[in-house]
Amino acid sequence: MRYILMMHAPRGNGQYKVAEWKPEELQAHIGFMHQLNRELRDAGELVGAEGLAPPADARIVRAGKNGAPAVTDGPFPESKEFLAGWWIVDVDRTERAYEIAAKASAAPGPGGASLSIPIEVRQVMSAPKVDA
Amino acid sequence: MTSESSVGHLLRELAPQVLGAVVRRHGDFAAAEDAVQDALIAAATQWPEHGIPANPGGWLHHVALRRLTDQLRSEMSRRRREDAVATELWADWAFVPPPDTELDAEDDDSLVLLFMCAHPALTPASAIALTLRAVGGLTTAEIANAFLVPEATMAQRISRAKQSIKASGVPFSMPTSAERAERLAAVLHVLYLIFSEGYSSSVGASLQRTDLSNEAIRLTRGVHAMLPHDGEIAGLLALMLLTDARRVARTGPNGELVPLDEQDRTLWDRARIDEGLALMPAALSTGAVGPYGLQAAIAAVHDEATRVEDTDWRQILALYVALERMSDNPVVSLNRAIATAMVDGPAAGLLAIDELGKDARLAGHYRLDAVRAHLHQMLGHRDVATEHYRVAAERTASVPERDYLLMKAAKLREQVSANDG
Repeated sequence: MRYILMMHAPRGNGQYKVAEWKPEELQAHIGFMHQLNRELRDAGELVGAEGLAPPADARIVRAGKNGAPAVTDGPFPESKEFLAGWWIVDVDRTERAYEIAAKASAAPGPGGASLSIPIEVRQVMSAPKVDA
Repeated sequence: MTSESSVGHLLRELAPQVLGAVVRRHGDFAAAEDAVQDALIAAATQWPEHGIPANPGGWLHHVALRRLTDQLRSEMSRRRREDAVATELWADWAFVPPPDTELDAEDDDSLVLLFMCAHPALTPASAIALTLRAVGGLTTAEIANAFLVPEATMAQRISRAKQSIKASGVPFSMPTSAERAERLAAVLHVLYLIFSEGYSSSVGASLQRTDLSNEAIRLTRGVHAMLPHDGEIAGLLALMLLTDARRVARTGPNGELVPLDEQDRTLWDRARIDEGLALMPAALSTGAVGPYGLQAAIAAVHDEATRVEDTDWRQILALYVALERMSDNPVVSLNRAIATAMVDGPAAGLLAIDELGKDARLAGHYRLDAVRAHLHQMLGHRDVATEHYRVAAERTASVPERDYLLMKAAKLREQVSANDG
C-alpha cells in the first residue's frame, strides 16, 4: 500500500520561525530529515520525498474560458498552514505509514524539542490488482 | 567463455557506432534502432557462450542490417503490387555486407548521431534524452531514473523526439560546412546541459545523477578525440573536468551545499584537475577563444589555488569581462560583479549588483540577495546581511542551497547577539 505523508508548516514567519533558530538547532533539524530519508530508503519503504518551495509563489489554477488555465493568487482554502513537502512511502499496513508520519512530525526544533509538525496521511490510489 | 560484463562493456561502446552506420544507410531512425536493439540482444546472448567475434562491430552491423532487410521484405511483399517504385528501393537496400566487413568511418558515424540528436526541431529536454539514448548507450530506465521521471514518461519523450526529427524532413547526414559550426554549438550545448544536470543535482539525495556528469564527460572526450583541433570542444571538456574535480568537496554530510570558498581543497580530484589543465592550451590557442574556453579558464584559476586566499581574482575578473562581452547572460554579469567585489572591495561589488538588479531577468532572483548578503557581511553589516540571507533562503528552489543560506543567517545572528550581550 502506498501512502503520501504531507508535511504542513505555518504560513509566513509563523510558529516555527526557522529563520530565527540557532545554527546547531538548524543543523540538528536538517540532519534529522536526512537520517529519516536514509532510513526509509534502506528499509525499502521510500518511494519519493520532496520539499516544496515557500508558498509565496503558490497559485490556484482553475480551468477558465475554453479550458485555458485561470491562475489566481489564492484564495487558499487554509490560511494558517501550507504544504511544505511530502514523502510517498510503500508500506504493508496503514499503521506503518502512521508510525513514519509520527517520526517525521517529531523533527527537532529550537532547544531540540519536538516540533509536532502536522503530517497529513493519505493513501495513494493505484491500479486494481491483476487478480482483483 | 567470455564474461558477461566485458561483453556488456563492449556492446555499450559499439552500439552508437553501429546505430550511426545503420541509420546512415537507411535514414529511418526508429527502424534502425529496433534492428540494432535486436542485434545487441543476439550478441548479449551468443557472445558470452561462443566468444566475441573477430570483428564485433561488423558482426552487429551485419545482424542489424539482416533484421532491417527481413522487416523490409515483409513490408515489401505487402506493398509490391501497389508500388512499383518500392521495388527499386528494395534493390538498393537489400545489400547486406558480409559480417567481416570493417565498419568504415565509425567515429564519423557517432558524430553524425550526435549532430542529429542536437536537431533544431527538438526542445533541449528531448535532445538530451535522445542523445543519452542513441549515443550515450544508457537504457531508457537509466535515463528516466536520472531525470526522476517514470520510465514510461521518458520512453514517450524519446519516441516523440524521433517523430519530430522525422516530421522535420531534415535528412540524417553530416551537416554541410555552412551548418556545421551552428550544429556543433548545439551538440556542445546538449553535452553541457547533461553535465550540469548531473553536477548541480549531485548535492542531496539523488546520487545516481552523477552518472549523467560522467556520461557527459565520456561523450565529450569522444567528440574531442574526433575533432582534436576544435578549441571549444577542448574548452568544454576542460570545463567539465575542472568543475567535476570539486564534486566531493561541494557537499556536506547532510547534503548541504559547500561553496567554493569554504571547500576542503584537499578533497579535490587531482587527476581530473591535471587532465583539465592539460587541455587548456588547446582550448585557448586556436584562434578566437569561445565561451567554454573562457569558463574553463576561470575554473582553472580556481583549481590552481590550493588555498582560497591564493585565488587570482584579477585574472578571474578579466576573464568574466571577456565572457560578458560575448554572452548576454545576466548570471555571467552577476559573477563578474562578485569578481569586482573581490578585486575592488565589497562596496564596489554592491554598486555593480545594484546596477544588475535593474535587469528584469534578474529581478527577484535569489542569487542577487545571496550575493548582497555576502558582500554586506564582508562590510560588517550583520543585520542587513542576515536579512538578505533570509530573503535568499525563501526564494531559492533548491533544498541544499536553502539550508546553506539559512545556516549562514543563523550563524550571523548568533554573532550579532553575542556582541550585543
